[in-house]
Amino acid sequence: MTGLRDTGATELDVAARVVELVHEVAGPAAEAEVTVVRHDLALTRFANSFIHQNVAESQLTVRLRVHVDGRTAAGSGSLVGTDGLRALVGRTLAAARLCPPDPAWPGLTPPSAVHSNGLLDEATAYAEPAARADRVRAFVDAVGGLEAAGYCRTAYRSGAFANSAGQAAQGRTTEAAMDGIARAGGADGVARLCAGRLDEVDGATLGARAAAKARAAADPVELPPGRYEVVLEPAAVADLLQNLAWYGFNGKRHVEGQSFARPGVAQFDPAVTLVDDPTYGGAMPFDLEGTPRTALTLVEAGTTRAVAHDRRSAAGAGTSSTGHGTPGGATFGPIPRNLRMPGTADGPVDPAVGGGPTGGPVAGAVADADTAALVAPMARGLLVSDFWYTRVLDPKSLVITGLTRNGVWLVEDGVPVRAVRNFRFTQAYPRALGPGAVLGLGRRPVRQPDRLDGGWWEGPSLRLASWNFTGGASG
Amino acid sequence: MTEFDAAAAAVQAALDAGARYADARVMHLRYESMSARNGAIEELTQNESIGLGVRALVGSGWGFHAVPELSDAAARAAGRRAAEVAAASARVAGPPITLTPAEPVVASWASDCAVDPLGVPLSDKGDLLVRATEAARGQGADLAEGLYQIWDTRKWFVSSEGHRIDQHIRECGGGISATAIGEHETQRRSWPSYRGQYGTTGWELVESLDLTAHAARIADESRALLTAPECPSGETDLILGDEQLALQIHESVGHAIELDRILGWEAAFAGTSWLDLAQLGSLRYGSELMNVTIDPTIPGALGSFGFDDEGSPAVKRDAVREGRWVGVLAGRDSAAVAGLGYGGSVRADGWARLPMVRMTNVGLEPGPHTLDEIIAATDDGVLMDVNRSWSIDDRRLNFQFGCEIAWEVRNGRRGRMLRNPTYTGIGPLFWRSMDMLSSEIVPWGTPNCGKGQPGQIGHTGHPAAPARFRGVRVGVRA
Repeated sequence: MTGLRDTGATELDVAARVVELVHEVAGPAAEAEVTVVRHDLALTRFANSFIHQNVAESQLTVRLRVHVDGRTAAGSGSLVGTDGLRALVGRTLAAARLCPPDPAWPGLTPPSAVHSNGLLDEATAYAEPAARADRVRAFVDAVGGLEAAGYCRTAYRSGAFANSAGQAAQGRTTEAAMDGIARAGGADGVARLCAGRLDEVDGATLGARAAAKARAAADPVELPPGRYEVVLEPAAVADLLQNLAWYGFNGKRHVEGQSFARPGVAQFDPAVTLVDDPTYGGAMPFDLEGTPRTALTLVEAGTTRAVAHDRRSAAGAGTSSTGHGTPGGATFGPIPRNLRMPGTADGPVDPAVGGGPTGGPVAGAVADADTAALVAPMARGLLVSDFWYTRVLDPKSLVITGLTRNGVWLVEDGVPVRAVRNFRFTQAYPRALGPGAVLGLGRRPVRQPDRLDGGWWEGPSLRLASWNFTGGASG
Repeated sequence: MTEFDAAAAAVQAALDAGARYADARVMHLRYESMSARNGAIEELTQNESIGLGVRALVGSGWGFHAVPELSDAAARAAGRRAAEVAAASARVAGPPITLTPAEPVVASWASDCAVDPLGVPLSDKGDLLVRATEAARGQGADLAEGLYQIWDTRKWFVSSEGHRIDQHIRECGGGISATAIGEHETQRRSWPSYRGQYGTTGWELVESLDLTAHAARIADESRALLTAPECPSGETDLILGDEQLALQIHESVGHAIELDRILGWEAAFAGTSWLDLAQLGSLRYGSELMNVTIDPTIPGALGSFGFDDEGSPAVKRDAVREGRWVGVLAGRDSAAVAGLGYGGSVRADGWARLPMVRMTNVGLEPGPHTLDEIIAATDDGVLMDVNRSWSIDDRRLNFQFGCEIAWEVRNGRRGRMLRNPTYTGIGPLFWRSMDMLSSEIVPWGTPNCGKGQPGQIGHTGHPAAPARFRGVRVGVRA
C-alpha cells in the first residue's frame, strides 16, 4: 500500500497522472478533473479542566470526476500508488458508462490563473501536540478555578487540481482555532477564535474572557418569551451568517426557487454588507472544479448582489461559477463558507489574523468595548452570547428555531442587570436583518471557527430591533 | 502484510513508546451514493479509503493518530505518534484512567445481507431513482428528489489485551421527496422519511420501500399542504407517527443517556445531560409505558454490529424500564469513571477518527395499542408525522420539532390536513405524558448523527411506534 511520501510525487504530479490515466483508458475525448488534497488535522480537546481527547490525523484524498460519452460520475480514493490510481480511474469510468446521460454537464474549467493567498504558516502546519496543550493549559489556568472545556485545533491542507482542459493549480493553507467555555455552577461563558496562525491564539485571553462571562451568568432568572431587542455577540452572529450562507446564498437553492435571495433588491438593512472571502485566510485558492476563488460580495449596503455558484448551478442560472464547487455540491448546492460581515470600522486587517478579538476591558457580561458600545444605548433588551442547535423550519423564508447558549443577560438603561435563563426562539433570519432592523454594528468583526477547518464566519456584535423568543427554560 | 499485522504493529509500537494500553483499527471504507432530481440523475459518488487509527493510553492521557497507509513503517510510526500525543496530554492531566475489565476476544462477524447493495448494477439503482422522481414530478411536484446511500465497511481491531476481531458491515437505504414551492414558503413530503430509511442490511431494504408507488401521493400532499390551514397554536393531545417518534427518542433519550455527556466530556460542544448518575435506577424518566432498550443485536437495524470499536461484544441492555431510568450508553473508560460494569457503545466513523460513545439501537419496546386505536380514543388532538426540523438544548431537555404533515383528530377520527406543524416541550415531562403506545414498531435508521470534535457522523437505530402524549404545546411559529 503506497502513500504519497513513498512515491516522492507532489499533489500536482498525482493529479496530472490521474488525468493521463483517464485518457489512456477512455481516450483523449474523455473529460476529467482531479483534486488531490493532503489534510493534516490535530485537535486537543479538554473537559472538566483536563485534556481527555487528543488526536492527530493525516488524510490523503484523490477526487476524480469524469464526463465520458455524455455521462458523468465522480469518485474518490486514498491510495496514490499506480494500482490505487488505476483502480480509482477504472471504477469511476465504469460508473460513468452505466449512468444515464447528463445533458446539464457544464464542462470543465478553462485554463485560468490561480493566485495563492500566501497565508501558510509553517509553525501552524507542523505544530506539535505540546503547542496545543500549552494553550489549553493557559486557558485552564485563566479560568481561575472554574471548570473549563473546549478544544485547540491546528490544520494544514496542501492540494492541487488538474483537468483535461489544461487547468492546473496548487495551494497550501493553515488554520488554528480555539473554542472554550468556563463553567460556574451551571452557568457557562464562551470565547472562541479562528486565525491563520497558531501564535495568534492566546489561551489565557480566551480563558479569562470565558471565565468573566461565566461568573456574570450565575443565578439566572427566567423571563417570559416574547419579542426583545437584542445585542448579539460575534458567536451568535456567526450562526446567522452560516444559515444565510447555506440556505439563502446557495446558488442551487436559488435556481430552484427555495431561497429568499433576490439580487438587486434591498432585502437587508443598509448597515449590512456580506462578503464571502476565501482569499482572506484558511481556504484553498481554488474550488473542487479548479475555478479560482476570489472575494464575492453577496450583500452590499443592504442590497442583495449575488449568490454562490459552482459550474453546474451557474449554467442553470445562465451565469458563471463563483468558485464554490464542493464535494456533494450537485446535491447540496454551492455554499459560501468564508462569510464576513464588516464592522463599522472595518479597514485593512491582517488576513493571517483575521478579525481578532476586539480590545477593551474584560468585565462581566460585556466582554469588549464594541459590545459595550451597543449595549449602552439599549433601554431594555437582551445581550445574547451564542446560539445553539439552530434548524430550519422553512428554507424559503428562512424561519429558524434554536436556543441561546453560553450566557444571556437582561439589559436595562444600558446596563446588564442580571443573567437570564436560556430561551428558545423561532425567527426568520432575513427579517431580523431587514431594512430598519439593525440598530447598530460593532466596529470590528471577530472570526469564529466553523466545525470543519477551512470555513469560518466573521461578524461584529450586532444590535437588532427585535428577536422572537418563543419559549423559556420551562418550555 | 495483512490488516491484522498492520494493526498489531501499531499497537506494539505504541506500547514500546510507553503506552500502558493501546488499540488499533484498520478500516476499509467503501461508500456509494446516487441522487436524482426531477427524473434525471443528479450525482453519483463512489468513495473508497483505507487507513489505520491507533489509540494509546500513557499515564492518564489518551492519544490518537491516524494515517492513510498500512505499511509496517507507517503503522509503527502511527503507534509511536499516538503515544507522543498521549504524553502531551499530561501537560493538562486529569484523574487516573482505568478501563472496565474485558476478556480478549478473537472473532469474526458479518451483518446479514441478502442482496449486496454494491453488487446491484448502477443502471438498476439509477433507474429506480429516475422512475420515482419522474412519477412525483409528473404528479405536480416542483422539485422531486431521490437518494440512496450504501456503506460497505470492513474493519480489523487489535488491542494490547489480546483482542483480534474482524467485521464486515453493510448498510444501505434510500428515499424520495416532493417539494411544492409557493410564493412565500415551501412544503415537502417524503417517503418513507426525508433522505430515507436505512439499515444494516442489503439492497432488499430499498426494494421493500417501493419508492415509485408512493411518488404520486407525496407529490399530491406537498401541493395540498401549500393551501392547507396552519397547525393551530396551543396545548392539545399529540399523536406522533413512528418516524417522528424515532427522532424524538434519538434526541431526548439517546443523547441524554450517553455517559460521556453525563460526565461532562462533551460540555463545550454537544453538551451535557440533565441526567444525574446518582439517580440511575430511581429517576422517573417517563410513563410506565416507556420501555427503552440499548440493543445492537437487532438484525437489520442501523445501529447493529457484532462488536463495538473497543472490542466489546454486542449486548442488549435496558435504558428505561417501565418509565424508570436504568441504563446508559458507555465505553470502557467512561464506565469505569462511573463505577459501572459495562461499556459496549463506543464507535468511530472511520479509521481517521477516535472511537467515542455513540448510540447503537436505542428504541421503544412495543406498547399495547394500535395507531387506529389511539386515534379512536382521542377526542381533540393533532396527529403529526415525518420529521422536518429538530432542535434541542445542550442538556437534552427543551426540544422543538417540526413535521412535514399533520391532521386534526376530532372525536376519534382523522380530519383535515394541517401545514407547518410544530411541537415543543421538556423531555421528561413529555415522556411522562405518554399514555398510549402502539405495538407497530419500525426500526428507523438515522445515518446522520453528528457528534465529536473533529466531527463524526454516526449511524444509529431507533425502534419506534405511534404514541399519544397529553397536553403538548403545538403550533409554535415565527
